[in-house]
Amino acid sequence: MPATREDVFKQVEEVLVDALGVDEDEVSEDATLQGDLGAESIDFLDIVFRLEKKFSIKIPRGELFPEDIVNNPDYVADGKFTEAGIIRLKEAMPHADFSAFDKAPNVSKMPELFTVRTLTNYIEAKLQAA
Amino acid sequence: MEPALLYTMRWIWIDTFTEFESGKKASAVKNVTLAEEHVHDYAPAYPLLPPPLMIEGMAQTAGILVGETRGFRENVILAKIRRAVFDDYGRPGDRLTYTVVLDSIDDTAAMTHGEVFRNGDKIGEVDLIFSHVGQSSAELELPSHNFVFGDTFLDLLKNYRIRVGD
Repeated sequence: MPATREDVFKQVEEVLVDALGVDEDEVSEDATLQGDLGAESIDFLDIVFRLEKKFSIKIPRGELFPEDIVNNPDYVADGKFTEAGIIRLKEAMPHADFSAFDKAPNVSKMPELFTVRTLTNYIEAKLQAA
Repeated sequence: MEPALLYTMRWIWIDTFTEFESGKKASAVKNVTLAEEHVHDYAPAYPLLPPPLMIEGMAQTAGILVGETRGFRENVILAKIRRAVFDDYGRPGDRLTYTVVLDSIDDTAAMTHGEVFRNGDKIGEVDLIFSHVGQSSAELELPSHNFVFGDTFLDLLKNYRIRVGD
């Protein structure tokens, strides 16, 4: 039987509790990994590794947390995503909610795309495709 | 006035390797003795090896395994203690064994899973993440030499290999 959205969220929550040392009640769908849950760069590696183990999936490098966009001058200028950059970002992160980001597509706002919902959406899509 | 006692503290928390399989796994032992100053300082009247030093012993075992896998080209830095659980302590007279398995490794990082045994009985688990830091890392001002893998660490592995005829 395929995992329900609730099952997936519960397991993502367990991963974040273990990886970041946060309490379960801090892990809401809207919580951002960096701002709300205190994730640092090395934690993203840890999260990817734990998700792979928990869901028995392979997460190619850069697929969940894109790495090659922010440093590309075609995509970012003066701290803001260009039109091409926004298109590229949306292609790379179809699992993220861009509604707030679209109003001010600044690089400084990019961490807000990495929410618990983003992770859960990604895992759900990954499991469905498997 | 007494002349200053000059010596270099040896920051080495394993005594020898007992197993080393390149790119896969390693084991090292640490014998705890009453002669070590630090075993007297952690808990009054109860000498024991402070658990953070068991984590350090595991990190040295795992770090050398990670470093050797890529030919000691990069500095291998302990980046995160993913998990450290201990059910008991190491006390004077005990022989601790750190066993480590390399879970994953790539250009930027490595992950290891380790278990701690005391006189053969498992007393803990330590999972670690290491970062690979090359001398070319632009964001860091690093020495030009490999500052992690000096002679002390390399000799540990060399002596093990001589002993087993590898």
